[in-house]
Amino acid sequence: MTTSALSSEADIVVVGGGVVGGAMALGLARGGARVTVLDEGDVAFRASRGNFALVWVQSKGLGMPDYAMWSRRSAEQWHELADVLHEDTGIDVAHSQPGGFMLCLSETELEQRRQTMQRLHNQMSLSDFPYEILDHDETKRRLPDIGKDVVGSVYSPLDGHVNSLKLFRALRDASARRGVDYRPNCTVDSIASDAGGFRLKGAFGEITAGKVVLAAGLGNARLAPMVGLEAPVKPSKGQIIVTEKTDAFLHNPMVTIRQTDEGGIMIGDSQEDRGFDTVVRQPILSVMAERAVRMFPRLAGLNVVRSWSALRVMSPDGFPIYDQSLSHPGAFVVTCHSGVTLAANHVLTLAPAILSGGLPDTLDAFSARRFHVPAHA
Amino acid sequence: MHEVKPAEALGFTFDGRALTARAGDTVAAALLANGVQACRQTPVSGADRGPYCMMGVCFDCLVVIDGVGNRQGCLVPLREGMRIETQAGRRHPDGAQS
Repeated sequence: MTTSALSSEADIVVVGGGVVGGAMALGLARGGARVTVLDEGDVAFRASRGNFALVWVQSKGLGMPDYAMWSRRSAEQWHELADVLHEDTGIDVAHSQPGGFMLCLSETELEQRRQTMQRLHNQMSLSDFPYEILDHDETKRRLPDIGKDVVGSVYSPLDGHVNSLKLFRALRDASARRGVDYRPNCTVDSIASDAGGFRLKGAFGEITAGKVVLAAGLGNARLAPMVGLEAPVKPSKGQIIVTEKTDAFLHNPMVTIRQTDEGGIMIGDSQEDRGFDTVVRQPILSVMAERAVRMFPRLAGLNVVRSWSALRVMSPDGFPIYDQSLSHPGAFVVTCHSGVTLAANHVLTLAPAILSGGLPDTLDAFSARRFHVPAHA
Repeated sequence: MHEVKPAEALGFTFDGRALTARAGDTVAAALLANGVQACRQTPVSGADRGPYCMMGVCFDCLVVIDGVGNRQGCLVPLREGMRIETQAGRRHPDGAQS
């Protein structure tokens, strides 16, 4: 058997095949580009396989109003993305936007939330963000199953959720139907400029392309400097518990608890700074489970069927990084920790912008150049 | 030849039918021994499912045992007088203290 050298040309190579890379590839292919996705093998950390599947707006953007606006815009465009995916693949990704709650288990928690929301909304351009602070009685009126320990909640009608595994599959399927060449087990070792484009090499061989989009999650930290970009991202560990499937009783997503379209309850939102450790550990799971049962006592009667951990892709300030290289035009970096929320933007706004040559001015705030400003300037 | 002592027979019900199986069997094994091919319908498509892996992994042998839903039949030893029922779709979120 002879194998041809794995050398080929694409208009654009997307490095990374998770939810972010998949969304970029689909958006680029919808714009008519020949796209190749180089995905790493199962040695990669795969945040896309472990996420909590919220399309979440209410608490995002303190310190960066552009991020609040960007998240809101994606949430608003998510209906369109769900329609696109359904038309392309027949897959219903179970997107819904019934409004979301953040439940508080003490007056202190509620007061902190209240102050955070006020600071968030005091930022210019965010004054019209809809949200409500609810006391126990009003929260119970809307969520009859809450326990007595819930002192109140923050509610926003902008929040929703989706089935992220179906999203992942639909992105891949829709991309394949539009001719995207998906190549697994292709770790990129080097990227170099080549005749106005780029040459990417690895054990898989090499491939040349006019443009390159780095959507490799934690791998972007290593790859970005090869093309004059920077993505100083670090892992932030999250753990998730899933119960057996039950009849629907949670009709809205919470920050830490949601019921999937298929009936399982997901409990999540832990955050730990533990490097690349992905071991599931009981102390954190216990706290998560205990808080969840105080929020919804009937959860105590459900069996847990599995738990897992995954690593968020976290920049120094927690906001996404979108940049085009100044030294290597045509090389872009796309990195965030909310790839599900932002999927609509990535498919419908960011990918078309990259096809047309550059990022819109509205994304200036997301450049990694922001990390160069001295903290006490 | 070595004499094998016959196992004690246990009586139980499946969807109200009186059945027997051997002591030491799991619920899933007892159902299979009685020719029960399907003991649940999936929450997503409603398709019939029956015991498959017999080792706690596939979750296809879920049944209601003595009123408690979503029990994995292959992990539960059969006991005299057990009331076993088909798990129809999702478990009702009951049985929790509030």
